Amino acid sequence: MKSGPTLERNAQGDALMLRASGAWTASFAPSLEKLVAEAEKLAGSKPDVSIDVSEISKLDTFGAWLIERLRRSFTRGTVEAKVDGLSATYASLVDEVRRVTPAPDDEAAAVTVAGMLDQIGRTVAGVFGTIAALIDMLGAVIVASARVFLHPRSFRLTSTVHHLEQVCWRAVPIIVLITFLIGCIIAQQGIFHFRRFGADIFVVDMLGVLVLREIGVLLVAIMIAGRSGSAYTAELGSMKMREEIDALRTMGFDPIEVLILPRMLALVIALPILAFLGDIAALYGGGLVAWLYGGVQPEAFLLRLRDAISIDHFKVGLLKAPVMAAVIGIVACVEGLAVQGSAESLGRHTTSSVVKGIFFVIVMDGVFAIFFAAVGM
Amino acid sequence: MTVEQSPDAIIRVRDVTVQFGRTRVLDGLDLDVKRGEILGFVGPSGAGKSVLTRTIIGLVPKLSGNIEVFGVDLDAADSATRRSIERRWGVLFQQGALFSSLSVRQNIQFPAREYLKVSQRLLDEIMVAKLVMVGLKPEVADRFPSELSGGMIKRVALARALALDPELVFLDEPTSGLDPIGAGDFDELVRTLQRTLGLTVFMVTHDLDSLHTACDRIAVLGDGKVIAAGSMADMQASEHPWLRQYFHGKRARAVMG
Repeated sequence: MKSGPTLERNAQGDALMLRASGAWTASFAPSLEKLVAEAEKLAGSKPDVSIDVSEISKLDTFGAWLIERLRRSFTRGTVEAKVDGLSATYASLVDEVRRVTPAPDDEAAAVTVAGMLDQIGRTVAGVFGTIAALIDMLGAVIVASARVFLHPRSFRLTSTVHHLEQVCWRAVPIIVLITFLIGCIIAQQGIFHFRRFGADIFVVDMLGVLVLREIGVLLVAIMIAGRSGSAYTAELGSMKMREEIDALRTMGFDPIEVLILPRMLALVIALPILAFLGDIAALYGGGLVAWLYGGVQPEAFLLRLRDAISIDHFKVGLLKAPVMAAVIGIVACVEGLAVQGSAESLGRHTTSSVVKGIFFVIVMDGVFAIFFAAVGM
Repeated sequence: MTVEQSPDAIIRVRDVTVQFGRTRVLDGLDLDVKRGEILGFVGPSGAGKSVLTRTIIGLVPKLSGNIEVFGVDLDAADSATRRSIERRWGVLFQQGALFSSLSVRQNIQFPAREYLKVSQRLLDEIMVAKLVMVGLKPEVADRFPSELSGGMIKRVALARALALDPELVFLDEPTSGLDPIGAGDFDELVRTLQRTLGLTVFMVTHDLDSLHTACDRIAVLGDGKVIAAGSMADMQASEHPWLRQYFHGKRARAVMG
């Protein structure tokens, strides 16, 4: 390839002559930087400095800047370093870099006690901010629903059906599979441990109550938070990034009504349906394991199940589902609309949508447990 | 490698066909870009100007044909050769394509940081030099792409495309979204860079001003082929209906005076 760059130093009396030659280009930047740093050590030793660049075969921005850096470090007070032998082709490039002022420093924030306290304070304040944003969104959704209720023609049926397909119909296989497996596992563990007391048959009671009251709906809600909550956040977030939501607003549409209401409604309809399917699949899986592994005949299983559970257990589970759906939807939409311009922010809000969604689902489940205990269900 | 290869062609496109599904976008297209020239590439919207650019840089697969850049057939080249070629070109995408989670400073330094082992000080200084070159103030260095205006995004993206002082730059609609003064500066800048760095520029554009002031040669895309290539005078003399409309329309007359 091209010959590498060199920088000869020639001292004669009061004069210092630096002769640059070869290719002063980006590909040689590391060695160029060393050459220039070496030469800069001589700064101030001689009053009369000239830099001869006539031997330079190729020059680009890197080379031109380093020549300029050299010139500046040899320029002290009244003494100005000269650049000689600049060819006409490169003159404009050198002029260009002469306009450069040294870079402003990247201010790295120092770690201080005050800074840490500040961070903690902001995080705590952020918790209240999150709750306020959720309540705000809940209010906005209720207002939008009321408006749509009064003017049913503004309801977006097509969009709702589309989202229903995405979050309900397409989720059926995975939800049924997972709840079926969990039902199997609960039954297997129950039989394994209850057998020691000769209480095999009570596995049916455990399975029935656990699945219908808690596991079925909780598992489905957590999976939907991961599957559809994240999708909602990512969709709304990228629409926010591309100013699509602003565009809607300027056309006189309410983004809550157009984008969020159909999504919320789809979730609120979908979750009870999926929870029901999940309950059935888990009971089926549990019954299968009880029969094949525990030797509980299907007739005996069904008889026992009928005694063990009441319709209340089933109602408790399904009553929770729409509320959990609303929580997941609100969290996902708040996070989606909070996305800022960067891809990183989209990722952060999608993660936090899932994490917060699951957290609030579990909190709600606890609240429901207290509530149902109080009303005696 | 064919025999008729001319040494001064930096890009050689021969008989290239690109098809998306059943739509044939490029149909046996031939094009040469000579070393050191600024080639303006025009054509109606949707004719495939961006597709050709993306095909040359290897983002769009071609059905048939042959493309050589710096005399190397990129399909036949091994990955090391490919990388060394990619280091010698810079690309300015239509929307800028800045990395949204990196600041302007990090965006511009990204290629140099990956390819060259130089100090942070030099990276910072070169970054400022590039910003000044594209007409921005060093203060924007710590802003993020979402905090920049459309014109600034174009300029930062150009600065990033020029980060390694490439020999060849692809500009996809560089002046769209810039105000006329900014666009004029941009054309002047491309000219300056071409003169000082011996840059070859492949510019997809709609801007008649750019074609007039910045470009040495103009190629026109139509029906999947280059229907005309030559100087501005050749274009104006052409009898092709689209060319006549384009170069003799109301806006064209305003530009040419």
